[in-house]
Amino acid sequence: MLGFIIQRFLQAVVVMAVMTVIVFCGVYAIGNPIDIVIPPEATQDIRDEVIRRLGLDRPLYEQYFIFMSNLLQGDLGRSFVYNIPVLELIGGRLPATLELVLISVISATVLGVSLGIYAGYRPDSWLSKAIMAISVLGFSVPSFWVGLILILFFAVNLGWLPAGGRGDTVEIWGVAWSFPTLNGLSHIVLPAINLALFKLAMMIRLARAGTREIMLTDTIKFARAAGLSEGTILRRHLLKLISIPIITVFGLELGSTLAFAVVTETIFSWPGVGKLIIDSIGVLDRPVMVAYLVLVALVFVTINFVIDLVFAMIDPRLRQGATA
Amino acid sequence: MSNASTPLRRFWAEFRENKVAVVALIVMIVMILLAVFASVVSPQNPYDLANLSLMDSRRPPGFVGSGGYTHVLGTDPQGRDLLSAIFYGLRVSIQIGLAAGFVSLTIGTTLGILAAYVGGRVEALIMRLVDLQLAFPAILLALVIVALLGQGKAQLIGALVVAQYAYFARTAYGAAKAERGKDYIEAALAIPLSARLVVMRHLLPNCTPPLIVVATVQIANSISLEATLSFLGLGLPVTEPSLGMLISNGFPYMMSGRYWISVYPGVALIILIVAINLVGDQVRDQFNPRLRK
Repeated sequence: MLGFIIQRFLQAVVVMAVMTVIVFCGVYAIGNPIDIVIPPEATQDIRDEVIRRLGLDRPLYEQYFIFMSNLLQGDLGRSFVYNIPVLELIGGRLPATLELVLISVISATVLGVSLGIYAGYRPDSWLSKAIMAISVLGFSVPSFWVGLILILFFAVNLGWLPAGGRGDTVEIWGVAWSFPTLNGLSHIVLPAINLALFKLAMMIRLARAGTREIMLTDTIKFARAAGLSEGTILRRHLLKLISIPIITVFGLELGSTLAFAVVTETIFSWPGVGKLIIDSIGVLDRPVMVAYLVLVALVFVTINFVIDLVFAMIDPRLRQGATA
Repeated sequence: MSNASTPLRRFWAEFRENKVAVVALIVMIVMILLAVFASVVSPQNPYDLANLSLMDSRRPPGFVGSGGYTHVLGTDPQGRDLLSAIFYGLRVSIQIGLAAGFVSLTIGTTLGILAAYVGGRVEALIMRLVDLQLAFPAILLALVIVALLGQGKAQLIGALVVAQYAYFARTAYGAAKAERGKDYIEAALAIPLSARLVVMRHLLPNCTPPLIVVATVQIANSISLEATLSFLGLGLPVTEPSLGMLISNGFPYMMSGRYWISVYPGVALIILIVAINLVGDQVRDQFNPRLRK
């Protein structure tokens, strides 16, 4: 087991190293950041001075090594545009994204699993068919379009909910959160629905497929034969049995929702990390782009590493196969 | 079933039984035809600036513009007839979806079959890479690549390919791996036929059904992904708007109630994607031996 962990860990480190090279070289290849940082009327002396200070006059590999040694010390550079450390910038935006992502994924899971179990439990009722139709739509319709329609309907036409921004925030341990205030909560509703819809569709399908399969097994037959009520069977047996794939997908989705938040945050002008990266790509703020991509890669590599370990703990065959 | 002789005819006979899929197929074909003949069916050439008048911009559906004809779906901020813009936009979206789909299909299938056929180190290397990539969401990969490559049609297609080839590779690998172990492949190699011939004549044709299914889904996905990227302002240049770009252009006007600029291109986009997905679903069910009676 230890060998497996070390092997997987080294693999993760190699992947991260490769990602930093790709990201750094890729981002380096686009655009000329000097034009953004220096006003056109600046003298040549000032230009040279700024280029030197930013380290842009050195060869690419030197810049990479400086970047890497700084990175390993937890320094991801300063934003060209905001002129504050990138980590601080991203850290400041992270709570907004986290808040949105967590609310979406958790509500999508709770709602999706309940609806999915119902649809699997009574597959022929009209309500189940309606639930499945919703899930097909959730898969097919691009999420930015749903966001647009939500705004059009609830913000523009009905005027019930705000179309963008974070609303009132409350400081908890020095970090601003929207969900504790009523106004903040009303700002979260639309983006959260938008972000949750795809996950909802997926959770419905997972829970329905699991339920249909498990309802036919001996476990359920014996539980019924033992005279347990349907409610007890659902709660005590079914939920337990379908929870394994659902928890796995929940973990995976948490990561991919962070990525999808880019779209939702842009539509609803939600001041999170996703909006920051889109804005940074627009103005070629390289340190922010590099830092965001490296952090996202780190999140995904970590999630996959953890999932590998959890699977290996559950299923011994996997760790034998991998170390052989 | 009538005299179902060729496999294709049998396939069609079965396909025809699903009314929803048939309607979806018709819708899909109509949309492709509209896209191909956009210049014929459109009341206006939306790319020709000489045709456009700012006097006509942001008019609601049904407005009779300076061109003397009715703008059935209204006009956009540049004064383009929205219906024409949608037909041309469909063309751009379908072009990109197909191009990205076919390039990913080719690259992915080649890699997948190579891994399954050669085995050993090559297999480990390719499939590790593919698995690693599948762990990242496609939208994120595409976003990163577009950000790195810059804007343009070729760059966009490149980004979509990078984001999607892995699905084809995984599917081709799975199918080819299963076929590789079968006796007829061994027999063909023992004749001996050249490896090239065995792969092209025997292995590849037997991997086609699942690949067709993945291809339909991925073409729909490319179209949707392209629209998303264009909406985020990372897709195509403004001169040749795809559906996503049209939606994006109309977005700022939505707040003031001029909904049609964004909504109608979006409706076209969704009809297209849903139609492709429904056709794909039916094809998948027909290829799935477990669902056969």
